[in-house]
Amino acid sequence: MRDNNSVTVTDPIVQVKNLDFYYGTSKALHDINLDFQRNKVTALIGPSGCGKSTLLRCLNRMNDLVDGARVDGSIRLDGTEVNTAAMDVIELRRRVGMVFQKSNPFPKSIYENVIYGLRIAGVRDKTVLDETVERSLRNAALWEEVKDRLHESALGLSGGQMQRLCIARAIAVNPEVVLMDEPCSALDPKSTARVEELISELREKYTIIIVTHNMQQAARVSDCTAFLFEGVLVEYGITENLFVKPRNKQTEDYITGRFG
Amino acid sequence: MKSFWKQGEPFVWVTGAALSVTLLMAMVLIVVVLVNGLGVFWPSKVATAKLHDGGSVLGEVVRSEAVFEGEGERLQFKIGNRELYGLDFRWIDKTDISSITYADDTMVLERMEYGNFYGRLIGLSPEAQAVSGGGDAVQQLRQAHAYVMQQKDQLEELDDELASVNYRMDQLQRKEKALLYKGRSPSDPEIQTLRQKRNGLTEKFQSLHQRQMKQVTELRNYTATFTDISGTDRDMALMDLVRFYQPNSMSVFSKVRYYLIKLVELLTGSPRESNTEGGLFPAIFGTVMLIFIMSLFSFPLGVLAAIYLREYAKEGMVVRMVRIAVNNLAGIPSIVYGIFGLAFFVYGVGGSIDRLFYPEQLPTPTFGTGGILWASLTLSLLTVPVVIVATEEALGAIPAGVREGSLALGATKFQTLTRILLPMASPGIMTGLILAMARAAGEVAPLMITGVVKIAPALPVDGNFPFLHLDRKFMHLGFHIYDIGFQSPNVEAAKPMVFVTTLLLVLIVLIMSSVAIHLRNKMKKRYTYGTF
Repeated sequence: MRDNNSVTVTDPIVQVKNLDFYYGTSKALHDINLDFQRNKVTALIGPSGCGKSTLLRCLNRMNDLVDGARVDGSIRLDGTEVNTAAMDVIELRRRVGMVFQKSNPFPKSIYENVIYGLRIAGVRDKTVLDETVERSLRNAALWEEVKDRLHESALGLSGGQMQRLCIARAIAVNPEVVLMDEPCSALDPKSTARVEELISELREKYTIIIVTHNMQQAARVSDCTAFLFEGVLVEYGITENLFVKPRNKQTEDYITGRFG
Repeated sequence: MKSFWKQGEPFVWVTGAALSVTLLMAMVLIVVVLVNGLGVFWPSKVATAKLHDGGSVLGEVVRSEAVFEGEGERLQFKIGNRELYGLDFRWIDKTDISSITYADDTMVLERMEYGNFYGRLIGLSPEAQAVSGGGDAVQQLRQAHAYVMQQKDQLEELDDELASVNYRMDQLQRKEKALLYKGRSPSDPEIQTLRQKRNGLTEKFQSLHQRQMKQVTELRNYTATFTDISGTDRDMALMDLVRFYQPNSMSVFSKVRYYLIKLVELLTGSPRESNTEGGLFPAIFGTVMLIFIMSLFSFPLGVLAAIYLREYAKEGMVVRMVRIAVNNLAGIPSIVYGIFGLAFFVYGVGGSIDRLFYPEQLPTPTFGTGGILWASLTLSLLTVPVVIVATEEALGAIPAGVREGSLALGATKFQTLTRILLPMASPGIMTGLILAMARAAGEVAPLMITGVVKIAPALPVDGNFPFLHLDRKFMHLGFHIYDIGFQSPNVEAAKPMVFVTTLLLVLIVLIMSSVAIHLRNKMKKRYTYGTF
């Protein structure tokens, strides 16, 4: 590993190697090398436009949808190369779930929202679906609030509830990795606290990679933190170390609020 | 003063005025149609005007206006009795009239032919008296008329039977012709059986026809004698009377009843007297069916095309050009679509169908002539751009997050489309369909050359297999307005019907749009994306 990396990843689930990313002709990611530890929360931090969301979206190939996007390099999920034509994107996205910045429940009932992933995979068994709904909503700490109105529209929920529903929806298909793209940026402090709590609980079962603008949040919820700046991985370390004793001047400037 | 302009006070006034002018124009149109259309069936009083020169005139006063020269007014009387006077209407200067009275026993007859008759009842023929139960002359007439009408209903059942037999004969003849065309000899057993069947039907037709003629002759004996204002007596078969009433002695209640009866006739009856009287059912049916078939084609076609354009086609020069072309299509004059429909659908597609499947009938066309199918297809071509534009906009307005959310859960593009995007776009798509339907309902020009007719002998749907006859010509309310308003030999008499037909067409569009809007609002409630 390189000198900007102070983490010894013993059991990597996602391995990013020499990753370059282009939007058309402009290069958004420069030679990223990063391993994500299984069943840990890894935070990606950095100023706006540094490429952290782009990196996140490479992991489940959401960038395929962007016109003119091109990826070079290797991403391995449990040893399988993700970045090839042979990789089934549908299968990949089932293994790597995603929660977005702006909660995006479907205009369906709460129940249907949670089992959407199963439905499209062709699961019809009612008992399986019911169990999944309860388990996912419990895991997303939403069950108690919505158990009596599962069949009402999800659009009637509050903002925080919607975001937790989106998390429930993502974990309903039992992914190995959950990507979170600034999941709390549109939430009020109370809902944010709730979601953060949830992230800590989820780490037992899932590997979580979270992009955040909020450094306190990164410090609170993550085990490891990667700092990106202008498309370059500047520093990657155990969260406590990185925040207390950054090894890089840029990192220090950023986390102490001198820029960004 | 400066701040007055700065704050934009005049601009508020200008915008408000623009809205008011628009509303006013629409309101005036609706009010004119409503006032003229709703009053048509109200039985107005029939006046007897004594003239200074000793003559007298009997009729409804339709309107009055200032005379062209000099002072005073003149009145227009609807005098009816077309077979006697030649004209239904007469203008009389007010100065020529010595008195106007309303005699209680004045009777208005609505007849199958020659329009209204205004006069008095003299008496009934012995046959008619025999079936009436007594009472005064008017009561007797009423009873005898009811009896005759009942008989006439049976005659109409015979009519239907005749039409059905005729249709079957026609089909048999077609089959025979087809076999002959294929080179079978006339002595071929199959042809022989067909002929036998046809002969059997012909006999049946003849006997039915004779029975009908006999009954008609018998019914024609039930007559009544009426006299007009000048004292000319006329015998009239009760069969030819649609209904009769004495407007001067009618109570409000019976006037309302008459109004409703006329309304029902309008909605369910067939037209009489070159469409200027009677009902509009065939035209209503034709209009609704036309719009329905049109939607059946243009809705799926437009939605699918828009989905490809928005979801699958790669954004670029070509797609941009297509989009511009689609928008331009909506601006092409409808008559051009009509001509295209005639050339492509009627002559091209229809002609090919004829050559392939009905060669034995040529040169008589089967599908190679205007019909409701071709008219509907032409209209769907005309409305498809509207659906495409609306669908594209609806799909484009869906937040990207929802799309990504679905894809991120491992849904394919197709699953995302059918499960998430289309339901969410449905209110917008419905809006497009509403616009398309409204536009189609109002189009007349393209229909005139692709299959609309003044009087269609049969509806496109009937009891004869295969029940749906898309090759048939049809009637249409829009064309009806044009036809009776401008092509009728008796424009003055047709005028009320023009207003009624307009009102009806507006109502049909209103009803169809309301249903669609109701559906759309329901969908909107279900699928609208609430933000927090």
